[in-house]
Amino acid sequence: MDAGNKSHGVTRRQFVAVGTLGTAVMAAGCGPKAGAEWEFLTDAQAQTLKAICDQIIPQDDFPSASEAGVLNYIDRQLVRHYRPHQDAYRDGLEQAEAQSRKRFGNPLPELAAADQLAAVTDLERDHHAFFELVRNHTLEGFYGSPRHGGNRDEASWMMLGLGDPPLLGRAQYDLAKEPQR
Amino acid sequence: MKRVNAVVVGAGAAGGIVAKELAVAGLSVVLLERGKWYTAADCRKDDLRNQRNSQLGNAFGPDDEGNPRVWVDAKGVAHTVLASEGAYSNNAACVGGGTLSWGAQAWRFMPQDFRMRSTYGVPAGSSLEDWPITYDDLEPYYDKAEHEIGVSGDYSGTPFHAPRKRPLPMPPLPPNREFGILEPAAKRLGLHPLHIPMARNSVPYNGRGPCMRCRWCVGFACEVDAKNGSQNTVIPVALNTGNCELHTQCQVKEILTDERGRARGVSYFDERGRLQEQLADLVIVSGCATESARLLLNSRSKLYPDGIGNRYDQVGRNLQGHYYSGAMGYFEDETYDDIGPGASIAVMDYNHGTPGMCGGGMLANEFIRLPIQMVDRMPKDTPRWGLVHKQAMRHFFKRNIAVMGPTQQIPMADARVTLDPDVRDKYGIPVVRISGNVHPHTFEIGAVQAQRAEAWLKEAGASATQLTGGMPEVVSAGQHQAGTCRMGNDPRSSVVDRTCRVHDVDNVFVIDSSVHVNNGGFNPGLTIMAIAYYASDALVKGWKGEGYRG
Repeated sequence: MDAGNKSHGVTRRQFVAVGTLGTAVMAAGCGPKAGAEWEFLTDAQAQTLKAICDQIIPQDDFPSASEAGVLNYIDRQLVRHYRPHQDAYRDGLEQAEAQSRKRFGNPLPELAAADQLAAVTDLERDHHAFFELVRNHTLEGFYGSPRHGGNRDEASWMMLGLGDPPLLGRAQYDLAKEPQR
Repeated sequence: MKRVNAVVVGAGAAGGIVAKELAVAGLSVVLLERGKWYTAADCRKDDLRNQRNSQLGNAFGPDDEGNPRVWVDAKGVAHTVLASEGAYSNNAACVGGGTLSWGAQAWRFMPQDFRMRSTYGVPAGSSLEDWPITYDDLEPYYDKAEHEIGVSGDYSGTPFHAPRKRPLPMPPLPPNREFGILEPAAKRLGLHPLHIPMARNSVPYNGRGPCMRCRWCVGFACEVDAKNGSQNTVIPVALNTGNCELHTQCQVKEILTDERGRARGVSYFDERGRLQEQLADLVIVSGCATESARLLLNSRSKLYPDGIGNRYDQVGRNLQGHYYSGAMGYFEDETYDDIGPGASIAVMDYNHGTPGMCGGGMLANEFIRLPIQMVDRMPKDTPRWGLVHKQAMRHFFKRNIAVMGPTQQIPMADARVTLDPDVRDKYGIPVVRISGNVHPHTFEIGAVQAQRAEAWLKEAGASATQLTGGMPEVVSAGQHQAGTCRMGNDPRSSVVDRTCRVHDVDNVFVIDSSVHVNNGGFNPGLTIMAIAYYASDALVKGWKGEGYRG
């Protein structure tokens, strides 16, 4: 049963007008960011954070964390609900870079993928509290609601085979039965 | 402010019912609520900001800003905590209280739940006690709650349910896929599965439509207003009588008393932060277990130097919620059907009667899971991040079932709410300080319950399982918080009498989960409502026109 292609007896087309409106509203919050448009991060910090986030959720046949807008999510929240974590991010990203240069002689974003994985594993061991913060925020940005700037185009929900939010008219159908077409 | 017959503090599960019952009986009522009034349009379907997942804050209050609490950890270290943090033990702050966004499981307790001490004796270190009332006293009020609030479900599958005069007013929702997987397995194990009673419309009821079965359920306001709480049932009725005024965003500061020790009303900060007085013949405290205790403790005067009802240092003690334990099962085939509310099937076989165990609990399948709720529920040994975690999410998100349940808590006197000596809220009122822990026997019961859940999942075909629960070093309260103003006949060991009246002040009542002597092995919402109807009935019968003579 593939929930991505149908919504239990109510075809997508029947509700296309409503759906389009919803998408337009959502898109406003999660467009791609050009450099220097971060609300909190510097470009350099964003590059370091991207390297860490993309090890936490790497690309496969579905987008990586950064491709799904996780940096947008974290950056936006650092001047909103996660304002208290600003110092932790500032210090943590600096320490991640210092560690990378010490062990690999290069900045984290420039390392080969295998070395980035090793560097993030180091980070988890040596700066555990900061790593946990980034790990949790990355998962939130990837699997949470698109309204906060992450989960771009519902990337994770598509990956998991979840359809768009069901629409109000669903209450009129017996959902335990197979959809009538 | 005009003097009224009754001021009710808190428009939640209980306060809404009390306001309605008194207003319908002709008393003038002011209902004060510290939060706002949200509607179905405030659902928002925000996975990261709701009452269950509050990474980005609580959707239905309180706000993180200006509403701190203090939590004392197992080592005795005090931490100031925000309203969206777990140790805060939040329920909600809004019209409807927890019942705006609850999962809406609407269980009756069993007769033994009211006779725990007589049935089992008292485990060492516990304050386990019998209620001064019985299941039979509450039965008519359970019935009233089921019909006025609106409950769907079907108890007929189990012989263990308490005696009842008539069936639930609505049939259960059609079974989801997890029901279909778990039901035959339960029967093979000799268990007696039933459709969970839910305060959720399965058919049109009370002028509102049925559940649309979406995945944003527990923790959210219902988008189609099919989930029943006090905000869409009794409170509108109360307001329609013309006898009840609801004031939102009003934080009550203290109960005011006269020189003879009777209550004359309450003082509160209104929506613009101005200190007001509301005078009343009766004061009814319905703020939920943590906040009701706080209000009594903050109501100090010459006659009540330690707070109202606290002559014997009982207010705030016996704080309890539910310790949840159970198991995850991972399946080869898809179990997920995207049909909410998800929780659908339960057994009551394990609530009582296990030798060596003081009670037990109901077991049920868990509410439908949002993706963010699954990130830490992958099979044991799955890395917590990286490609393997991502692919585990892809594989297992639609191939798992969680079975768990609320273990009957063994109460302890030193699990408690006090006032913090230093920390204050945005109005300058001393805040709740939570300390204490869970009784060891609660963990022992929970461990057995987890194994039972695992056995059910294995019988249902789970290829791998994992127990949940652990032994968190934090008092259990949260959305099921209860017990802080215990009901009893002896003023030295309880706070209110069998009609919910505070022992030492004859016109102050505590009517909410605070009065629960213990919290049953079920979600407590319907019991809170039944007690509210029961206590309101006593209030109305004792009302003699210009004062209470009960």
